Amino acid sequence: MTALLPRRGLAQILALIVILAVDRVVSPQFFDLRLQDGRLFGSLIDVLNRGTPVALLSLGMVLVIATRGIDLSVGAVMAICGAIAASLADSHGLPVVLAAALGAGLVCGLWNGFLVAVLGMQPIVATLILMVAGRGIAQLITEGRIVTFSSPDLVWLGNGSVLGLPVPVVIALGMLILTGAVVRGSALGLLIEATGGNARASELAGVGTRAMILAVYVWCGVCAALAGVIAAADIMGADANNAGLWLELDAILAVVIGGTSLFGGRFSLVLAVLGALIIQTMNTGILLSGYPPEFNLLVKAVVVLAVLLLQSPKLSGFAGVMARLRGTKP
Amino acid sequence: MKGLPPVLITAIVLVLGFAACAVQFPNIASTRVVGNLLTDNAFLGIVAVGMTFVIISGGIDLSVGSVIGFTTVFVALVIERWGVPPLAAFLAILVLSAAFGAAMGAVIHVFDLPPFIVTLAGMFLARGASFLLSTESVPITAPIYSTVSDFALRMPGGGRLTAIAIIMLVIVIGGALLLHLTRFGANVYALGGSRTTASLMGVAVGKMTIKIYMLSSLLAGIAGIVFSFYTSAGYSLSAVGVELDSIAAVVIGGTLLTGGQGSVIGTFLGVLIQGMIQTYINFDGTLSSWWTKIATGVLLFAFIALQQGLVALARRPVTKSAGVAS
Repeated sequence: MTALLPRRGLAQILALIVILAVDRVVSPQFFDLRLQDGRLFGSLIDVLNRGTPVALLSLGMVLVIATRGIDLSVGAVMAICGAIAASLADSHGLPVVLAAALGAGLVCGLWNGFLVAVLGMQPIVATLILMVAGRGIAQLITEGRIVTFSSPDLVWLGNGSVLGLPVPVVIALGMLILTGAVVRGSALGLLIEATGGNARASELAGVGTRAMILAVYVWCGVCAALAGVIAAADIMGADANNAGLWLELDAILAVVIGGTSLFGGRFSLVLAVLGALIIQTMNTGILLSGYPPEFNLLVKAVVVLAVLLLQSPKLSGFAGVMARLRGTKP
Repeated sequence: MKGLPPVLITAIVLVLGFAACAVQFPNIASTRVVGNLLTDNAFLGIVAVGMTFVIISGGIDLSVGSVIGFTTVFVALVIERWGVPPLAAFLAILVLSAAFGAAMGAVIHVFDLPPFIVTLAGMFLARGASFLLSTESVPITAPIYSTVSDFALRMPGGGRLTAIAIIMLVIVIGGALLLHLTRFGANVYALGGSRTTASLMGVAVGKMTIKIYMLSSLLAGIAGIVFSFYTSAGYSLSAVGVELDSIAAVVIGGTLLTGGQGSVIGTFLGVLIQGMIQTYINFDGTLSSWWTKIATGVLLFAFIALQQGLVALARRPVTKSAGVAS
């Protein structure tokens, strides 16, 4: 299916391979995998596992960015939903916990979508509101403490394994397939891209642009909620101050690395997730190399700039060359 | 435009809010509390002035918090470890931060990229650089620091107008004059109104963009120095999230986030409103600090919704597509 793995992903795949190779040089046992207690262990699995929250966030973010929007609130939504999950975990069953957390994410997304689609606010501003207030709400839920829990069901969600793979990775994979099937299996993806390309023209052509925008923000909220639950389950607690901190930036970065234009109009789910994996592989590599993790931010800054310059309309000559290398029309 | 101008609404909110606080806690209405409020928010006020210029010109600067963090660490290390005279260190960091802002402005203009993402990269870069310098808090013991901290003008009623509060007030006034009375300020408004029109009218768009981001980073550098006076230390994690606080102050102050409208005085009032909420929460004692965030969020929403209404009234057929700040 070409829609799921477009040819323009070549640059990203090459980048991932190069970074993996560098990691292999830095840490010789990087590709080692071993099976223990029915679960795979190794640096590669670790990359997948650690990359899950950002990968989930980027799944929602890529759709929002495709409509020419942006969602700055995903980190705060993660904190809210993680806090809800953690405070309910020991008194309620997993279905209730999940339903409450995902429901909260849905409401957050609905709020963002309402501001952007109905009130017509700039997305960056509209989602800034929840980004500022959201962490306060999360702290309100946890009453300023770090809420811990011991519910085995929720812990399994963060640390268990299915068929040897960590549960978070399986969930992320499932979400990728689900999102891909819904968006690319129907005309929905096309309509989203149309909305981002030119909202007014699409509206006139009969696309329900408001519904599209509302839907992508809701989906983004749900993805963020799932990421928040997994992050909370991973550390068996919810920290309203630090859960999902800066992850909105990582998610945007993942989407940009995945070649989705910030100007909207086209997107690729698989490449966004690949972008998240590239970021995580870099992080893990820096960690393994023994450099202080502070290098992460510098490396990220350089990567953002490099990707941006490649995307720049002013460098279209160079972009054209790149496009020809990738075998697509510029 | 019909109705009250946004700045006036901000002023009314501030006065009403302050009156409500004073009714509940009479002690709030003293020069002591007001003096502390100005001191505590000095760095925010300075950085918000720069953010006002950027936002009126239609851009956004997410790097200011990191620049403040970098400045405090740089100043602390240079003064304490290398023994450079403080004034030379200040000069060096101001040149450095101005150059940093100019570089971001140049990238935004030359490569025609969204300011949001370029300054995001700047944010990573400055924060990463400050981590590289030092991850620990470095205390500053230079004599000038205690001199400046001790300096204060007595206000009637026992309040102290500290040196850093004075610096902030001077910068607010200077910023207001620069924005409202000079050709540079007029050009900032022109850019925010429409880049194309501005360029057709003979505004050197590229030079202006570079200068505006240079100004913002320069003020962030000054705010960083003020912050180091405030805490007498340099710490790479200081001022995390200040970019959001300053954007919130600018918006609450009635500046249009799409650019073209706004004022430095409004921003100053916005900073005071945020400080007032913080002071109220401190006085109350039972409310936790996270209510500040929620209250700021609610105010943000109220002001943006108000702006949206005003804009919709001003030009009926709204055909603006929802977009990333560009």
